[in-house]
Amino acid sequence: MRRILAILLENEPGSLSRIVGLFSQRAFNIESLTVAPTEDASLSRITIATSGDDRVLEQIVKQVNKLIDVIKITDLTERSHIERELLLIKVLAMNEKSRTEVKRITDIFRGSIVDIGKQIYTVQLTGNAEKLNAFIETMGNETEIIESVRSGCVGIARGEKALRV
Amino acid sequence: MNFLGTIKGKHMTTNSFTGAEMVVKALAAMKIKYIFGYPGGTVLDIYDAIFQQSEFEHILVRHEQAATHMADGYSRATGEVGVVLATSGPGATNCITGIATAYMDSIPMVVLSGQVPTNLIGDDAFQETDIVGCSRPVVKHSFNCRSVEDIPNTISKAFYIAKSGRPGPVVVELPKDILMPHNKGEFHIETDVQLRSYNPTEKGHPKQIRKAVKAISSAKKLVVYSGGGIVLADAAELLTELVETLNAPCTNTLMGLGGLSGTHKNFIGMLGMHGSVEANKAMANADVILALGARFDDRVTNNVKKFCPNATIIHVDIDPTSISKTINAHIPVVGLIDIVLQQLLDELIETDYQIDQKANDSWWQQINQWRAVNSVGYTQGEGKIKPQRVIEAMYKITNGEAYVCSDVGQHQMFAAQYYPFAKPRQWINSGGLGTMGFGLPAAMGVKLAFPDSHVICITGDGSIQMNIQELSTCSQYNLPVVIISLNNRSLGMVRQWQDMIYGGRHASSYMESLPDFVKLAESYGHVGMQINHLEELDDKLTEAFNIKNRLVFVDVLVDELEHVYPMQIRLGAIDDMWVRKGEKA
Ligand SMILES: Cc1ncc(C[n+]2csc(CCOP(=O)(O)OP(=O)(O)O)c2C)c(N)n1
Ligand SMILES: [Mg+2]
Repeated sequence: MRRILAILLENEPGSLSRIVGLFSQRAFNIESLTVAPTEDASLSRITIATSGDDRVLEQIVKQVNKLIDVIKITDLTERSHIERELLLIKVLAMNEKSRTEVKRITDIFRGSIVDIGKQIYTVQLTGNAEKLNAFIETMGNETEIIESVRSGCVGIARGEKALRV
Repeated sequence: MNFLGTIKGKHMTTNSFTGAEMVVKALAAMKIKYIFGYPGGTVLDIYDAIFQQSEFEHILVRHEQAATHMADGYSRATGEVGVVLATSGPGATNCITGIATAYMDSIPMVVLSGQVPTNLIGDDAFQETDIVGCSRPVVKHSFNCRSVEDIPNTISKAFYIAKSGRPGPVVVELPKDILMPHNKGEFHIETDVQLRSYNPTEKGHPKQIRKAVKAISSAKKLVVYSGGGIVLADAAELLTELVETLNAPCTNTLMGLGGLSGTHKNFIGMLGMHGSVEANKAMANADVILALGARFDDRVTNNVKKFCPNATIIHVDIDPTSISKTINAHIPVVGLIDIVLQQLLDELIETDYQIDQKANDSWWQQINQWRAVNSVGYTQGEGKIKPQRVIEAMYKITNGEAYVCSDVGQHQMFAAQYYPFAKPRQWINSGGLGTMGFGLPAAMGVKLAFPDSHVICITGDGSIQMNIQELSTCSQYNLPVVIISLNNRSLGMVRQWQDMIYGGRHASSYMESLPDFVKLAESYGHVGMQINHLEELDDKLTEAFNIKNRLVFVDVLVDELEHVYPMQIRLGAIDDMWVRKGEKA
């Protein structure tokens, strides 16, 4: 089962490598990982999308918690949450027809065209992984995808619940 | 040691120190007595500062791996943090095996490693390795120290992390430029460390304690399964009290031996791969298993799918990751084992616990039947000396009071089986990593701490050669340990597996061209002795233990065909065992 873990940890040299090392050392899966400092620069926040059965998940959470640098970890997928990912994608828009198609699909998915070249449009889209997948698939059916980059997902719990020190 | 001097008063007027001086001052503030190490370019400033003080002593080994094992042995015997100093690059990488050994057995250790100057880091400078990166999977934590002022508190944090919670090794990397004389700073040290990201649980959750006692109280076939956590937490007395209160059978893991005395009437032997039949049978048939500071290691459980299907498992451990990792715990309790044991004892009184006499009697009757098989047994006969016989002699001569430090192999299992340890910390071995070469340096560390006790290194012809160079360190610091090598002219444990599993094909399990160990010992200035006949075994061993002020290397030629029994059958349940060749339990 796919899970999204949010980790709050000390923003110190080596703390990210300890997380990454732990996942590879114990053969845990990483689908995506994002990291950045929080509003308090002494802290970093990591979002990891991973998968595994309940036992594996329990071990992942415990093992991450055991790292000295880690302050808190929570499984966002346990309750209702917001999940977002950013996609930047370059597609071929050679002629009037394909330009219109690209524009139309982008509008439907509520994305935006952020750069235009002679033959290439760059589109930005945010959403959850499913939406991004669907967008890429639809776009690929209409025109050629030149390049794409995804940020990996970030997430936050809905409502009162907060991950903080 | 004659090279020790003092710097009394030298810097007392000012609070400005070099990084190297800060390292030494911080170590002194941690009240260490010994540091084990080997010099090299990046740590020469630290060596210079150590040379000019008298608060603690530096022990110069002959290989950095031995420094880590020596610090480790010292720690296992005393409970204090073992401290190591190594230079960058090869010095640091030589420590990795010792760090991993300490990590697997949760031994508190601080390893100070030199590093190339900060401005050269990343350039593949001479003797640069990323030791923090290399050691990452086998440390509890590590620090890159990057400024002079950071040194004292980094060291004090390292000690705190190493010894608190589930103990383990911590690496501190010190680049040369922050140690050198041109770079000075103010010395401030916080010995009462607080970390917002690290607060190990101490007390067991009261609800879990109540649940545990309820399960214990309704058990008809209870087994106490205790591990190295009891030893590390100095909780042997509480364990004994609990076992006696419950009149429960108690088995110890390889790491937990001595947690309950090996001669206690409730002790049913070690469990696991080479455990006693009664211990493994009791586990397999238990209705409640109380696991205390043990981790259901694969060398205990055998096939996890067949593990004790009818038991309710109560698992007490300081480390939540140990709980339900390999075997699902029905009642997990996270906490320091000594505190939780006290909580359990209190709750038993609170709930007016009474032994269910009928159930207890019939459980013991059953266990005594299993015991009658005498699975940990051997026949000496007229011929070659049996290795087990040597351990028994060793036990008698030392009154069961020696520190026994083991290497890895058959000799290790024989020692675990035939030397009933009365106290925790008496049995010192590399259980988790199984590091050949651990025994001698570990014994040296123990001897340093307890010079008046018998300290034995039980070893084999293979293992002893993995750190044999330390015989030289023993001469330098006069460490008269007694080395007893069960010389079977082979990598016995490997050969046993080849006999049992690989159709008797002895691929590379022979030690051809063994040295003359007697002469070898003598060349280092020690006493060497060989024992070849059964008739001379007891007398010569006694003689060896009577030589008080010199290291004695006893090379005992034992029966090379002996196998360690009992032995679990691969992929079977915990109690599927060979008791003797071709005979199942
Ligand atoms: C560093 C290391 N390398 C290899 C092994 C695998 N191993 C386990 S026991 C053993 C044989 C040990 O031989 P010896 O020390 O003579 O002991 P014996 O089994 O003969 O008593 C080997 C090679 C190990 N445990 N450690
Ligand atoms: Mg051997």
